Amino acid sequence: MKETVVKEPVDTGLKSAQPKDGGTGVVLPQLGILGMFRWAWRQLTSMRTALFLLLLLAVAAVPGSLFPQRPSAPSEVTQYLKDNPVSGPIMDWFKLFDVYSSPWFAAIYLLLFISLIGCVLPRAKIHAKAMRSAPPRTPKRLSRLAEYGTVTIPAGSGIDAETAVRDAAGILKSRRYRVDIRDLDTDRPSVGAEIGFMKEVGNLLFHTALIGVLAAVAFSGLFGYSGQRVLVEGETFVNTLASYDTFTPGANFTGNHLTPYSVQLDRLVVKYDRSTQAHYGQPLDFTATMTTKDGPGAEAKTQTLKVNDPVGIGGTNVYLVGNGYAPVVTVKDGEGKVAFQGPVITIPTDGAYTSLMVIKVPDAKPKQLGFVGFFLPTALIDKKGVAFGSDPDPFNPQLNLNAFTGDLGLDSGVPRNVYTLDTSKMTEINSRKLEAGGIVLAPEQSYKLPGNNGSISFDGIKRFAALDIRHDPGQVYVLVFALLALAGLMGSLFLNRRRVWVRTGNHPDGRTMVEFGLLARGEDHRLAGEYAAINKALHTKWLVPMDTAGQNGEQGQSTTIDSDQSVAAASKDH
Amino acid sequence: MPEINEDFAQLSEQLMLVAGLAYAVAFCAYAWDLVTFSQAVKRGLAGHSADEAAGVHSESRVAEFAGIGSRLAAEQGLGSGPLDRAVRPSSKTHDGSDGITAGDSMRYGAERRVVARVAVALTVVAAVVQGFAVVFRGLAAGRVPWGNMYEFCTTGSFVVAVVFLLVLTRRDLRFLGTFVIGLVLVMVVAASVSFWTPVGHLVPALQSYWLIIHVSIAVMSSALFTLTFAMSVLQLFQARREASIASGKKDKALVMRLVPNALSLENLSYRINGIAFVGWTLTLMFGAIWAEKAWGRFWGWDTKEVWTFVIWVVYAGYLHARATKGWTGTRAAWLSIVGYLCVVFNFTIVNMYFSGLHSYAGVGS
Ligand code: HEM
Repeated sequence: MKETVVKEPVDTGLKSAQPKDGGTGVVLPQLGILGMFRWAWRQLTSMRTALFLLLLLAVAAVPGSLFPQRPSAPSEVTQYLKDNPVSGPIMDWFKLFDVYSSPWFAAIYLLLFISLIGCVLPRAKIHAKAMRSAPPRTPKRLSRLAEYGTVTIPAGSGIDAETAVRDAAGILKSRRYRVDIRDLDTDRPSVGAEIGFMKEVGNLLFHTALIGVLAAVAFSGLFGYSGQRVLVEGETFVNTLASYDTFTPGANFTGNHLTPYSVQLDRLVVKYDRSTQAHYGQPLDFTATMTTKDGPGAEAKTQTLKVNDPVGIGGTNVYLVGNGYAPVVTVKDGEGKVAFQGPVITIPTDGAYTSLMVIKVPDAKPKQLGFVGFFLPTALIDKKGVAFGSDPDPFNPQLNLNAFTGDLGLDSGVPRNVYTLDTSKMTEINSRKLEAGGIVLAPEQSYKLPGNNGSISFDGIKRFAALDIRHDPGQVYVLVFALLALAGLMGSLFLNRRRVWVRTGNHPDGRTMVEFGLLARGEDHRLAGEYAAINKALHTKWLVPMDTAGQNGEQGQSTTIDSDQSVAAASKDH
Repeated sequence: MPEINEDFAQLSEQLMLVAGLAYAVAFCAYAWDLVTFSQAVKRGLAGHSADEAAGVHSESRVAEFAGIGSRLAAEQGLGSGPLDRAVRPSSKTHDGSDGITAGDSMRYGAERRVVARVAVALTVVAAVVQGFAVVFRGLAAGRVPWGNMYEFCTTGSFVVAVVFLLVLTRRDLRFLGTFVIGLVLVMVVAASVSFWTPVGHLVPALQSYWLIIHVSIAVMSSALFTLTFAMSVLQLFQARREASIASGKKDKALVMRLVPNALSLENLSYRINGIAFVGWTLTLMFGAIWAEKAWGRFWGWDTKEVWTFVIWVVYAGYLHARATKGWTGTRAAWLSIVGYLCVVFNFTIVNMYFSGLHSYAGVGS
């Protein structure tokens, strides 16, 4: 991990001749299979590869935002494939519509995480050892450290070299350094001190926690489930598989995970902005009032559900994700019997809730009936006499429908979308194009279909709520690991790892000479501040006035106990 | 829900206009300061031999320092130190006495830069006025003013200006003024011209205290990224200039004498990027928690989520680059710039042209 610690100044304009790093060199060693494997492993776990994979991950995530994705917008993907018959399938083959579950995306992040493990493990081992061993031996020439200072204790103070070293060790200890006094039996005793082990611990914690996040995300996909249900006012949903409109189980889901609670939608109240002109009619609030029971025999509770404020029940969360109108209609068939009665869920298509409506009446006799059209909460008529919706509130509700008779095509076994009507085997009997005209109904109005085909009446309006129901046992672990990662990151970025050495000596004239040096591992812009604090503490301890003497470096030469050995040896323990 | 106060809304817009004008004048002052300074340098240089001006850090100088102490000489920067140093130099590296770049400490020097002072004073005025504009926008709506792009952009530019001024109290980054206040000006103009939206209530999807937490941190991190973007751009220029001077060419960009050397720009932007990265990590995490509350899933690769993730990974790459041999310096600066371009892309293009759950930009509605 030499690369992570050694940071040489670059971009200074002077190209210094750097020896090539052996670990990431490009020459293939001739070591057989095992050697090749080792070489590949070292490549993979090198910092350069980690960086490359990270940047690759960023690039690989982008296409998912450019093209529609199946999990979130399946119909847009279908449309895209229809619009691009040549390039579409090719893109599909490259999984460009399923980027985040594609093999190539997975390959990148799995390689990244393998690299990460290969990075973290040896580093953790090295660091565990470092944490248990004494600070490195005192460098011969402290004056070559990044920060350096001296203190001269006057003769007659009664503080000899040994006492001074112990005092210095005490000061460093109180500053929470780990200290080690050495060479007491020589005439140059010294103390080595180190602080900031948590920086590396933070870094390791951060990277390890990222693995935890990934694992937790995978886990939550396995055991969780999610489902959708559209509930009209007055209807009740019981949490069983059969009651869901759509249901997406995790891979390890079994049906007995479901708690049979029930939720009845009593009322959905929607408020629109009526006070400003600029945003007139913009939704302000959706509030669903529900009666819930934790189980079949349980007590009924009244709960409110809002956007951004899910209701927790039976280990699941219930979310309000959509809403709309469900006009209540009654259809009588040609024989005069009620063939359909109830609320019809419509699909809002714009801000004025111009809502698409499809009614299928398979029980109608002698021929099946079908209706397509729009529900308009507030209908206005434009210049051409066509009705359009102008407000989301039901100020002037109106049904505008075309009617068909014939075969709905429901018996053929082909699954049909409830929101589309297949008119290929049907005859249009009502529309603006026909003589009979389209069906236009206000509440409590009825219309008799032409040709003795029955009648349709518009009985009233209800609202519906689209609910998402989710159970995700893994997400709390995602949060825990994310918080751990955050803590580790902050420790790693904001803590500093430093070493301090203090060396003392008895001068023949009775003074006690003290010199000290500071060294940071990695970048440390606060090292000078630490120097100043230690300098002050030493001076205060020995009652030496803080004059210009002892200022960092300038005066230091006189007391430096020089030797030719470089300081590099001391800091090169990694 | 409180009533919309149209008077406050109007006042806010007028104040925003005043702030924009003040920023415009401040921008001109910063630019003027750069020009006058470089002319002053040119005049000063006329007295010296060009050789000396360009070659102060050369061998003779180092030798001179060597007499004082090898350590000092080692720390005179610009690569003249011993190559066996295991760490980057700490804070006292380069005092600017070489005359090529400003001091590393980025403390205020002795020279009087009247125009720069005027520029800073104008920035303060503009920021205060803009602060009032933002507050009145919030008062008008009875909520935090972060509900649409106009509001993100006006608040965001305000935060950029305030962060810049705060950093100015500790470091002399006035050389960055042309860049930073220029960007602020662009944001104010873009907000008022392209993103303008009349004041209104929040749509239900945004009515959550997570809006306050998530967006405020996102805006602050983006403000810091804006600062480091400007510094990384300057770093690239400065690195080229240093290289060209070192190879004996004439110093063509005298104005860059105001700017610290590339290494100290890199170090300071690394520190700021570190803080901003933690902020962005929080943005991403809080966004995920909010998404769980609003949509029932904490992550769904929505376009906005994708780009937030991309930005996070790019800056993680930047932090790695700083620890990777051969990737520090210029390449790291490029990553910082790319990261910021992603931030801008996420804010503008993604908000306006990409559909997704986050489509509440409010533009044109
Ligand atoms: C999921 C992918 C990864 C992410 C998101 C990530 C993120 C980060 C971040 C944000 C930092 C800066 C904070 C710090 O100093 O601790 C960092 C540092 C670091 N990362 Fe990673 N990392 C990833 C993978 C890796 C891998 C694969 C390796 C090893 C090959 C690695 C090795 C390191 C090292 C050594 C540092 C410390 C740098 C220093 O000393 O300044 N990381 N990482």
